[in-house]
Amino acid sequence: MRQQPLFFLAVSVLIIIGVSMMWLRHDRLGIPLLPENDTPVWLVEARIDFVALGDETLASLSLPDDPPGYRIISEQAASPGYGFSRVNGSPGRRGEWSKREATGRQTLYYKVQFAPGQNGTAQRNGSAAPPSEPQQIIWEEPQATAAADLLETAMRRSSTPASLTRELIKAVQSPNDQNAALLLDQHSPQQLVVRLLNQSGVPARLAMGLKLEDARRNQSLQPLVDVYIEDTWHLYDLERGGQEGITPNTLVWHRASGPVLEVMGGQNSQVRFSMMRQSIPALDLAQSQASADEPLGYISLYQLPIEEQGMLKLLLLLPVGALVVAFMRIVIGIRTSGTFMPVLIALAFIQTTLLPGLTAFLTIVGLGLLLRGYLSRLNLLLVARIAAMIVLVVLLTGLLSVFGHEMGLNLGMTITFFPMIIIAWTIERMSVIWEEQGAREVAIQGGGSLLVAIGAYGLMQLGVVRHLTFNFPEIHLILLALILLVGQYTGYKLSELYRFRSMAEQD
Amino acid sequence: MLASPAALRSRGLLGMNRRNVAYISRYNERRLYPLVDDKKLTKERAMRHGVATPTLRDVIDTQHGVRDLGERLNHLSRFAIKPSRGAGGKGIMVIHERDGEQFLKASGQALTLDNLQRHCSNILAGLHSLAGAPDSVIIEDLIEADPYFESLSVEGVPDIRVIIFRGIPVMAMLRLSTHASDGKANLHQGAIGVGLDLASGRCIHAVQHSRRVHSHPDTGVDLNHIAIPDWQNLLTLAARCHDLTGLGYLGADIVVDRNRGPLMLELNARPGLAIQIANGKGLLPRLQWIEAQENIPENAEARAGMAMAEFGERIET
Repeated sequence: MRQQPLFFLAVSVLIIIGVSMMWLRHDRLGIPLLPENDTPVWLVEARIDFVALGDETLASLSLPDDPPGYRIISEQAASPGYGFSRVNGSPGRRGEWSKREATGRQTLYYKVQFAPGQNGTAQRNGSAAPPSEPQQIIWEEPQATAAADLLETAMRRSSTPASLTRELIKAVQSPNDQNAALLLDQHSPQQLVVRLLNQSGVPARLAMGLKLEDARRNQSLQPLVDVYIEDTWHLYDLERGGQEGITPNTLVWHRASGPVLEVMGGQNSQVRFSMMRQSIPALDLAQSQASADEPLGYISLYQLPIEEQGMLKLLLLLPVGALVVAFMRIVIGIRTSGTFMPVLIALAFIQTTLLPGLTAFLTIVGLGLLLRGYLSRLNLLLVARIAAMIVLVVLLTGLLSVFGHEMGLNLGMTITFFPMIIIAWTIERMSVIWEEQGAREVAIQGGGSLLVAIGAYGLMQLGVVRHLTFNFPEIHLILLALILLVGQYTGYKLSELYRFRSMAEQD
Repeated sequence: MLASPAALRSRGLLGMNRRNVAYISRYNERRLYPLVDDKKLTKERAMRHGVATPTLRDVIDTQHGVRDLGERLNHLSRFAIKPSRGAGGKGIMVIHERDGEQFLKASGQALTLDNLQRHCSNILAGLHSLAGAPDSVIIEDLIEADPYFESLSVEGVPDIRVIIFRGIPVMAMLRLSTHASDGKANLHQGAIGVGLDLASGRCIHAVQHSRRVHSHPDTGVDLNHIAIPDWQNLLTLAARCHDLTGLGYLGADIVVDRNRGPLMLELNARPGLAIQIANGKGLLPRLQWIEAQENIPENAEARAGMAMAEFGERIET
């Protein structure tokens, strides 16, 4: 017991620092200790990338203009060496970056914060001047006949522009409509509806919306149908069928004629969006930090680009998983295959949600074990076998995605979050354990890993935990102290009380 | 269903956390681990310290060397193939005899040269080693079990696990394989653990699957009458294992060969806790007694003598 006092001193110091910093930041900066779900603020970052050709460069991005359901709190453009201005013109509100000479890869940022609710001037878009005429639509054969056919059927079933829109959306989405199928070869459903409406004399255009989801990166805009009916513009989201309106989490970014992004003097341009949810005080904090030189602010993560914040949000959950693993293995005595594999699985579950993730994981590992049984007969060297396993796991993932999609399950994306190489190794180890120690051991270790993973997932997906780990990074000092304490636990594991039960019975 | 922690504590039972923190990490220096984790090194050391081990016949370090495995094995018919850095007895293949082109395991299962080559290349690739690190294959003589031991078990050779703390043997158990354990000597796979009196080498308690047993389920041998011959020599050999590694807390697996007497099979820097179930006793009181000793004799015989005097059955009952 020689270093005991020093050890406990260190642990208490860690805890004291952690707790007092949390309290200070809570008290001085007003970061709430509990997540406040009622007033979320969305921080959206648009990132424009292009390759400049060496001359004057002008990048023009359509900016959201009073989107329905949201109000803009602040906006800000960051782009070294560029002049930036906002232009309100006939093609709607646009941001323009300009530079005399630019060469090579260029990256421009535009950050904007939204809160739910409306600006006073609701429906300003709606009252905006209508386009003088519906656009002229020209089809080639055989599309022309199909379009005319489709339009005629929809016209017959409707009486007003609104009902016509509804019927057109239904027709475009109907899987059996031959005409629609032909036309969809060349146009997206939204484009097709817009063209057909214009053809029938109803002014319509494509709008672009962004689906808001916490900590997403690399997102692109989704097309929406905007129809001019009775002196106002009405939005239709095809995901809602023929119903008017958009889902509450859709932010309308672009609602004017013209392209979303236009770059002069550059090529290969693209715009991608990252977003994240914050609570109001966190926002105030971010602003106060920008101005005041509050020493505590240095430890804050809010100044980072949103893309990185989103990643950190996930990374900062890892220590929680590590603590769960340490506790489960040392105090409870659950055996897992691969020490921290459960944390990685739990992290994947966070992205996929539990049930689809669990199904996908079990299916892949189960099928993998079957295939591994065959591989073991091929007499391969270990490294080659694992490499082969990785290929098979990737193929299985692809197959499952296709299968899941066919059956209408949205497994597709979810499986790709799993760490393939870890899965391949898991399959290899499980199969060796199976050969050497029997199926029971596989069940114990596999089940143990899953149990720990689910436990870690349960904790990591709690709103409070996510809020605390991200907004109070110093909480990780406390986690560290707890892990150190668990590491000093010399009592019996729960599993040992069972293992050695016969020792207590005898006299 | 569950034992109460207090009951286990009162029996001096050593739990895994306490073993790791208070004994292994305190008395076993990390840098010494390779000496026991790598059988090649262990054998070299053992030879220098006069600890008898099964004779080493061949070492394969490269995948290239696996190709001429057939020629390497030409003059051998009874041998064991082991990973040099295998963990937990994994990857050990024991060949009892040859039948033409085929190699027979103890269970009678026939293997081809192909099977053996695959096994060797798996070992080299690190399938059985800790963390999958590349490994080498060692081929050594099969132990010719002492007739007395041969009568005790089926298939595999019975071995004796001794826990040695600061060079003093602390507890010993004889492991008998059964049909249920597939010739393996692992207690959790169904082998029988026979707790041995340190003073005499006699059976004091025997368990299978954590339950007390009195006879071997396959051979019917009365376990209570087991007494290990030449016990003092065996304990001395165990005590000497401390000298060759320098590890404070150590497990030694010892077999008795009919020609060569006690042989050290392998060493373990993290010996398991099942030995306590086999003995029906906890390790803690004995470990604490040794921790309280100020002078530990240099001489292995003297340390074995200390164990026989202190930890014999008559003192504790």
